[in-house]
Amino acid sequence: MTPTRDLRSVDETQPTTFYGPASLTNAEFRRAVGAVDFAVDARYAWDTGVAISRFLEGLREGRILGRECRSCGRTLVPPRMFCEECFRPTDRWVEVPDRGTVNTFSICYIRWDMVELEEPELPFVLELDIDTPMMGFMHKLGQVDPARIEVGMEVEAVWRPEPEREGSILDILYFRPRDAALRKGARQTAKKKAGTKPSGSRKRSGAKRKAG
Amino acid sequence: MGRRVAAVGAGMTRFVRRAQETGKELAWEAARAALESADMTIDDIDCVAMGTAPDAFDGVHMKSEYLADGAGAWGKPYYRTYVGGGTGVFSTIQGWWQVASGQFDTCLVVAEEKMSSTQPHPQGAFITIFDNMIERPLGPNLLWIFALEMNRYMQVYGIDKRDIAAVSVKNKRNAADHPAALLGDADITIEDVLNSETLAWPVQRLDVSPVTDGAVAVVLAAEHVAKKTAPTPVWVEGVGWHLDTAYWTNRDLVYPRYVEYAARQAYEMAGIREPRKEIHIAEPYDPFDYKELHHLEGLQLFEKGKAPEAMRDGVLDRDGDLPSCPSGGLLGVGNPIAAAGLMKIAELYWQLSGQAGKRQVPGDPKKGVAQAWGDLMQVGTVVVMGR
Repeated sequence: MTPTRDLRSVDETQPTTFYGPASLTNAEFRRAVGAVDFAVDARYAWDTGVAISRFLEGLREGRILGRECRSCGRTLVPPRMFCEECFRPTDRWVEVPDRGTVNTFSICYIRWDMVELEEPELPFVLELDIDTPMMGFMHKLGQVDPARIEVGMEVEAVWRPEPEREGSILDILYFRPRDAALRKGARQTAKKKAGTKPSGSRKRSGAKRKAG
Repeated sequence: MGRRVAAVGAGMTRFVRRAQETGKELAWEAARAALESADMTIDDIDCVAMGTAPDAFDGVHMKSEYLADGAGAWGKPYYRTYVGGGTGVFSTIQGWWQVASGQFDTCLVVAEEKMSSTQPHPQGAFITIFDNMIERPLGPNLLWIFALEMNRYMQVYGIDKRDIAAVSVKNKRNAADHPAALLGDADITIEDVLNSETLAWPVQRLDVSPVTDGAVAVVLAAEHVAKKTAPTPVWVEGVGWHLDTAYWTNRDLVYPRYVEYAARQAYEMAGIREPRKEIHIAEPYDPFDYKELHHLEGLQLFEKGKAPEAMRDGVLDRDGDLPSCPSGGLLGVGNPIAAAGLMKIAELYWQLSGQAGKRQVPGDPKKGVAQAWGDLMQVGTVVVMGR
């Protein structure tokens, strides 16, 4: 090692010696330097497992299913065959109501690649109307004016018509306010509303709609 | 507890939106700068610890092996750890245990990220954080989870968006004094943030840190080496890490429990009983402005829901009672994921050894805490440093 350096020799306007890099604009990246393009062609098909395959089957039947752990007394949604807190097998399937409250929400104006959406998407976290607190999953709100959404708002599932269900989280079209007065376009049918969702969202996600 | 370990040098590249340099070249520039700062050569380094986020950003298989040469790992014991955004701070913990264990006397810690290679946007790779069976079919984008957490935090505590926007202003102003910063801006105002484009309400464009390329390196050394060679060693006094459940819709996002657990582990090791009194500088992880406040609460530096008040009262300013992100943070310096976390460790080294130049926190600070977060509001990594 080199001998101990005198700290006073350090230029105090700089945090330390640092180098580069050369910063490029997108145009420079393409024109001046060139670039090598490559697309990974990888596709996936997942087994949905013991718990989620049953959950998705429940959705096809128009029911939300959870797993109960008798040790901690919690009902787990999304369901799992083991309780991560007690670290033991869960005990039985239970059907939970297809309603709850808005735990939190967002009004999203952009697509994943930062392209602006024509109509905002309304993702939210559902807190199910069951004894176990903070239990639920992510979905979207619909039939509601974004300005009227509030944390704590009571919502209910709007299901895809039975013949069209495929065993997917999308068998629930969206959740809408339980209070009809808070609904936007209350006369619209669920099917028509579905058509107004930003188009091509499935393609954008790169995921197949049918999860099972 | 093992042997005492000190940071004896640090270096970084400038953070830029798109670097001409490859990841390997970025790692080399940072490693070279850190070695020069420590007055060492690669021959003085016993092992190398790498931190870098998903391979998907680069489209390169086993990215850490690809980066090894640039990080100075040729012919040396080397491995990579990866805990999402928590990686940069965790890479220091990885380096710490290699030296603390007695296995090695010196460790070069390198963190690199080149996010610009992902086309058209790194969000394409980020989408895979969401559950593949019941979340991805909804067509989510990465901003959703932040918007959902931020809104929960604001609604539960009744937080004014202005107090959150002020964090972005503070950090971008602080970064104006950082020679490596991408988004330093001495003149930015709260109105600029509040008037920026709404992406996913309540998240607006200037609430978010930028996509960035860059690398950072820190040299760690055992006590007998540090005392011999370093004029101002800065000791790694406490380390902590914790992971909460991936079932993020089954817990309250209002509070980062995983940060609290990681912080308590690090404080206990460092012998800190009253963090608010004993910590002089905080470098909490700030990929979004609200997250800095959220993390300050998890770090036990403010009561739940009270960090915004501290922001408003000037407590978090560089000359405040508890300066937070004096570097300029991810919002100002930039956010090359793993490198951004290690930048916080480097900042503590520079601040606590009196080498922070125009960014120097007044009052002779002696103890600091750095923290990073990662994945589905899950990972907390914390390092306490002091001299």
